[in-house]
Amino acid sequence: MRIKVQEAPFDLGAETEAFADAVDGAGAVVTFTGVVREADTGEMAAMEIEHYPGMTQKALEKIASEAMTRWDLADALVIHRYGRLVPGDRIMMVATAARHRKDAFEAAEFLMDYLKSRAPFWKKEVLKGGAAEWVAAKDADEDALKRW
Amino acid sequence: MDILYFAWVRERIGLPRESVETSAATVADLVEELRAREPRYEAAFADLSALRVALDQELSDFDAPLDGVREIAFFPPMTGG
Repeated sequence: MRIKVQEAPFDLGAETEAFADAVDGAGAVVTFTGVVREADTGEMAAMEIEHYPGMTQKALEKIASEAMTRWDLADALVIHRYGRLVPGDRIMMVATAARHRKDAFEAAEFLMDYLKSRAPFWKKEVLKGGAAEWVAAKDADEDALKRW
Repeated sequence: MDILYFAWVRERIGLPRESVETSAATVADLVEELRAREPRYEAAFADLSALRVALDQELSDFDAPLDGVREIAFFPPMTGG
């Protein structure tokens, strides 16, 4: 299990390959990548991601440990960025490896649902005119936790 | 005790962290002390349902006791992923 919280971009291909190469006996590797999309309200200049440095690593470790306990996983990887990103940039990725694909897919979804609402990150959309707005948490994201 | 603020809570209060001497028994008591200080605190803490709290870097709630707590953080619901 590996957790990385960083400002710098990550190499999706290299991270995925290194992760897949390191797991023996896994029949399934699932990855999910989050990408900064344009704001609904207008042209976005940047997305600024703030986090709580003392808590972020621990919160992510707790979520990933929970996934390792609940599913039969060989390994799990979470990378999450903070700082100023622009549309098209990759924000984060998760990877899961398991003997069978069902465990790998479900654990990846679980990780994503919990990262949305239980990892201390806050997103702010900065529009090209200079206006900025904090992204509000959605009820649907909180509801998504209930299925686990 | 160190108090940390994030996202729009930080912006409304105008600082990322501060140290306070308090005898507040619970998080809610501390919030009342802060609200009584200045309008910017009142504005930040006007609606507790829009806020989350962490004690020593673990998510907690407003009824929680502050006994032995060294760091408390207030922030809006998280938007990771």
